[in-house]
Amino acid sequence: MTQHASPPRDSTGKVPSAGAPPVWRGLMARADVRTLSLLGVLAALIVIGGITKPEEFLDTRNLQLVLTQASVIGVVTVGMTFVIISGGIDLSVGAIVALASVWATTVATQEYGFAGILFTAVVVGVGCGLVNGMLIAYGAMVPFIATLAMLASARGLALQITDGKTQIVTIPSVLDLGERDAYVLGIPPLVMVFAVVTVIGWLVLNRTTFGRRTVAVGGNAEAARLAGIDVRRQRLYLYLLSGLCCGIAAFLLIILSGSGQNTNGNLYELDAIAAAIIGGTLLTGGRGTIVGSVLGVLIFTTITNIFALNNLQSDVQQIAKGAIIVAAVLVQRRTASTT
Amino acid sequence: MPEPTDLTSRFTSRRGLLFGTAAVGAGALLTGCTSNEPKDEPAANDQPAAEDKPGKPVTIGFAGPQADHGWLNAINDNAKSRAKKYSDVTLEITEGSNDTAAQIGQIETLINKKVDVLVVLPADGKALTQVGLKAMRANIPVVNLDRIFNTPQAYRCWIGGDNYGMGLNAGHYIGEKLKGKSNATVIELAGLDNLELTQQRTKGFDDALKNYPNIKKVARQAAEFTVESGQAKMAQLLQAQSKFDALWNHDDDQGVGALRAIEQAGRDDFLMVGGAGALSAFQAIKEDDGVLKATVLYPPTMAASAIDLARALGQGKGVSGMAEFEIPASITLYSAVVDKDNVDQYMSTGFK
Repeated sequence: MTQHASPPRDSTGKVPSAGAPPVWRGLMARADVRTLSLLGVLAALIVIGGITKPEEFLDTRNLQLVLTQASVIGVVTVGMTFVIISGGIDLSVGAIVALASVWATTVATQEYGFAGILFTAVVVGVGCGLVNGMLIAYGAMVPFIATLAMLASARGLALQITDGKTQIVTIPSVLDLGERDAYVLGIPPLVMVFAVVTVIGWLVLNRTTFGRRTVAVGGNAEAARLAGIDVRRQRLYLYLLSGLCCGIAAFLLIILSGSGQNTNGNLYELDAIAAAIIGGTLLTGGRGTIVGSVLGVLIFTTITNIFALNNLQSDVQQIAKGAIIVAAVLVQRRTASTT
Repeated sequence: MPEPTDLTSRFTSRRGLLFGTAAVGAGALLTGCTSNEPKDEPAANDQPAAEDKPGKPVTIGFAGPQADHGWLNAINDNAKSRAKKYSDVTLEITEGSNDTAAQIGQIETLINKKVDVLVVLPADGKALTQVGLKAMRANIPVVNLDRIFNTPQAYRCWIGGDNYGMGLNAGHYIGEKLKGKSNATVIELAGLDNLELTQQRTKGFDDALKNYPNIKKVARQAAEFTVESGQAKMAQLLQAQSKFDALWNHDDDQGVGALRAIEQAGRDDFLMVGGAGALSAFQAIKEDDGVLKATVLYPPTMAASAIDLARALGQGKGVSGMAEFEIPASITLYSAVVDKDNVDQYMSTGFK
């Protein structure tokens, strides 16, 4: 009897290659080809921007500008990514941002100052998410329908509150957060919030049971239920999370624009879904990454920025945006299938 | 013995109570937060089109689009308060709608009610031409407000703003301000590019600038008439153009966002002209401590004038101050430039 020393296997059953430190291996496995190809697209855009408008594009102020413009939709997209990974969809995000931003900027709310505005924006966002979640999880409504209904109602309520008027914010402590003086080490506060939301989103998705349950529900809800996951409660929490992100985004938008208007958040649902899809999140659920979605948002914002700097008009911008969505997805698929 | 269960149940009930109270409290606080200040009555030039003395009673039907924008809201307010002024006018106002089919239905209802005169601001002028024709055939004169029908047969009188003239006057104002400055540059923050009116405003602006060979338009970006888009597009324009002399912004609503972007970028080295005539713009012009020096009107008071014209039509009168016995078939309003010198006169017409 000869004894064969079998090499140790990790949980996935693969034999780890000798020499590579485990941390590095983990990173390599995680940074999948999709994410790398997104980084490639972003790098290509940066090269295009740098060649066409070197002075204006490759500038600290422009970096601050692009990241700031990405913050509001970025926070919404993080919430949307969770919902899509779970196999759902949230069409009401733009409307919730609009409702939260106008509710938080009425004359009555502004009397409560900074805290009143922040509190109202977040609570309205969570409240809408709660309604969505209850309808979907316990009312057994299809997410598409429930959130479509929320889209209509929230926009209507926003219009009713504003009466079509622009509500200008007069609280200095809120407005100051959007000024250059508030930048810490050159980083705008809005961008910091975006970064924090992204990191928390990443941790929750990858490092918690909540995140694993989300993926499980999206992958196969029935299997998840049999495995002991309370699928309905999980769905409720996910729409609450999306609502929370909308509330935070509404507060950022109030800081950025210094006002609340019922037209705010126009077509955010499409932008957020597009960013998540480009980022590699499956519309059918079960797969997706926060990093990919955030890269998707950054790609869109960078495109808009490059077009504006080159003084291209909105017709050209829209055509090119559509083309770039298709191109990005095709490139991803190609790279994913060849490796 | 009962400690663990008791503790948990007490804990959950206390937590439940806490959350319950918080939710109710938040709800109460939030519902209180939806209120806005009471609206001020919009004011306009007090001279009516026809004489002020009460005459034959007139029922005016008014149909407009959904007031989802400050200017449209001001249109409704102007119409309502003007009608209230006349003891002989009854105003039948419909719920505003952006849906063509819904608006056609509303106007047909007004026709069936046999109102004396109709004032219509169509959501889409071309699409509502048929219903305008129908009213005219039913012998109900139509005052077509701003967005014009396809054919003059569909209205008795058209009154509206002048988009081309807006651009023209903005261009001339900027041209005069930059006179004598060689190699001057201007930029344009346009409105929603899908709309024909945006193209007309831009054409007027470009045509005016042709009179000033020292001025060159170096950039143009289109926002969407919203504060959010105004901020986003202006921020990009400011990054793209490190130096320019003047800016024309098509719309004061998106101008709120544009001014915010200008403030955030810390720029004050140019002159800005707005458009439409919002109250916030008038106030900024009056204070005169920022870049906004003037705005070009697209006056919502046209709705008040439309009520005057409808009343005159219903009573068979002409326009006072004109020799004709009948009111004109078409009235194009002037897009006046409001700057520091005349802003007080217009302050009360500014919309929120």
